[in-house]
Amino acid sequence: MMSHAPLLLRIFRKCLWILIVLWGITVISFLVIHLAPGSPTDMDVTLNPLAGEAARARLEALYGLDRSLFEQYMSWLDRLLHLDFGNSMSADARPVMTKILERLPLTVSMNVISLLLTLLIAIPCGILSACRQNTWPDHIITLLVFLGFAMPSFWLALLLMGFFGIDLHLLPLSGLTSMGYETFTPWEKFLDLARHLTLPILVYTIGSLAGMSRYMRSCMLDVLGQDYMLTARAKGLSGYTVIMRHGLRNALLPVITLLGLSVPGLIGGSVIIESIFALPGLGNLFYSAVMARDYTMIMGNLVLGSVLTLFGNILADICYGLADPRIRLRADAKTG
Amino acid sequence: MSGNSSSFWQRFCFVASKYGKLCLGLGIVLIMTLASLGAPFLTTCPPEELHLDHILEAPSENFLLGTDRLGRDVFSRLLYGGRVSLWVGFVAVGISVSIGTVLGLVSGYFRGIIDELIMRFVDVMLCFPSFFLILAVIAFWEPDLTNIMLVIGLTSWMGVTRLVRAETLSLRERDFVASARLCGTPTRSILWRHILPNALGPVLISATLGVAGAILIESSLSFLGLGVQPPVASWGNMLMEGKNVLETAPWLSLYPGLAILCTVLGYNVLGESLRDLFDPRQKDRLF
Repeated sequence: MMSHAPLLLRIFRKCLWILIVLWGITVISFLVIHLAPGSPTDMDVTLNPLAGEAARARLEALYGLDRSLFEQYMSWLDRLLHLDFGNSMSADARPVMTKILERLPLTVSMNVISLLLTLLIAIPCGILSACRQNTWPDHIITLLVFLGFAMPSFWLALLLMGFFGIDLHLLPLSGLTSMGYETFTPWEKFLDLARHLTLPILVYTIGSLAGMSRYMRSCMLDVLGQDYMLTARAKGLSGYTVIMRHGLRNALLPVITLLGLSVPGLIGGSVIIESIFALPGLGNLFYSAVMARDYTMIMGNLVLGSVLTLFGNILADICYGLADPRIRLRADAKTG
Repeated sequence: MSGNSSSFWQRFCFVASKYGKLCLGLGIVLIMTLASLGAPFLTTCPPEELHLDHILEAPSENFLLGTDRLGRDVFSRLLYGGRVSLWVGFVAVGISVSIGTVLGLVSGYFRGIIDELIMRFVDVMLCFPSFFLILAVIAFWEPDLTNIMLVIGLTSWMGVTRLVRAETLSLRERDFVASARLCGTPTRSILWRHILPNALGPVLISATLGVAGAILIESSLSFLGLGVQPPVASWGNMLMEGKNVLETAPWLSLYPGLAILCTVLGYNVLGESLRDLFDPRQKDRLF
């Protein structure tokens, strides 16, 4: 019983913190979007010569834009509490949640695949770089890391499109599927999707590779200087065992946090990559919502993106705690 | 004598390993800055001048880096576009560093409820997919230069706040701050004259890295058509125009991207080497 009380208290405080942050996110997004000049009705009214002020007023009443900002916020928040993001303000007027859920799988799966690829390449690079610090493999990896950091993703995408798509005619330039996709067999469908997604996933991966391998390197360097590594060597363990068993496990811990922190960047990056490759994902949805001033859709995307970020961070915290007993003990000592 | 030359080489290697990165970063940054500031002297024609009889011409003696679909000189547009990028980078970072420094100082020095409030606000801002927010704001307000700089600055101050707060938290316990307080120095002056100068190193380093980040964001925005608007040249919108003629005129996509790469690389290398030299605790920690 003794040990449960502080744990419960900690969970309670964490939940309270999450609620406050979520509330802050809704307030800021709402204010930023609704205080901006112009309105979602502009496009319908100014582009249509038959629509006058009366039509604009009717549209604004339909969207609830004629009420005060506070009333609008409260009714939006009320719906949000029922997990209802409202209907899109574009012509199809479908629920925001449905439209987002249609787009989410593509963006999430591209990000997950590229994240796995990134870890697969970055961890060995980081280890190599750290264990052979200041030798030529380390220098080459460091050089590539700096290039990777400075490389604008859209330029990389253009270069890859130019090389693989135009010069070699190897991969399709854009879109998700080829003509006649519906008539393909399942295997052909899979191949077709894979061919279309190769370049976007490559761009995603190269984009996050630099940060991850550099981070891995610095974590590994920290670990290499620890006393327990010396102890392990002194016990007579081989260099390989020391690094893999004693070093890597400890060095991987901070990487968990970095994964949690990289969520907003990945969500933001999807706008650019999906618009270059004309992929129907979340980023593209957001871009067109912004262009059409679809308030409910933009709010839905912002809130959803922030929630994903928040949960990424919390998940990272939890995993870190699970993986590292020292964190648990320290936290217990603090609250207990 | 061989002994003499080997000691010279040793000294050279020592200096090179210590300051080589700094010189490289500083060199790239200086070249980029001078080239864009000296654009009128380095180019033969203004960036907006049309040469309709030289449309989409490959790089040649007349047009060093070729021409675009309106026959404008790519070299000239590249240099003038650099002015936009650097200007956006500097002003945006100026804004974010000012906000971050003030909030961090206040937060770290007074602690208590103010600290709690500011830090929770930082948490909230860090949770936003900031590129989404920037995109929405820029699209709603006019996408002009002032708004771009403001928005980038207003969405990137959180890192500096945390940095300055951490520095302030440790500095405020030091003896020289205690003695300043004993002498009756007003709080404002303790913050500005005693704490801030000691916390300035890490701030400058993060500002250098921030310039690189701001340039990348500006070019991404311009690439999406929401940044600097044509006919004013910026590296991002040059790439956007190049995208449509990737097949026939690849040089339009090549050089602006290379310019972004070099500039961002320069600022990153400079920031990293400054960190290695002045903040050894943070050594080998990129960003």
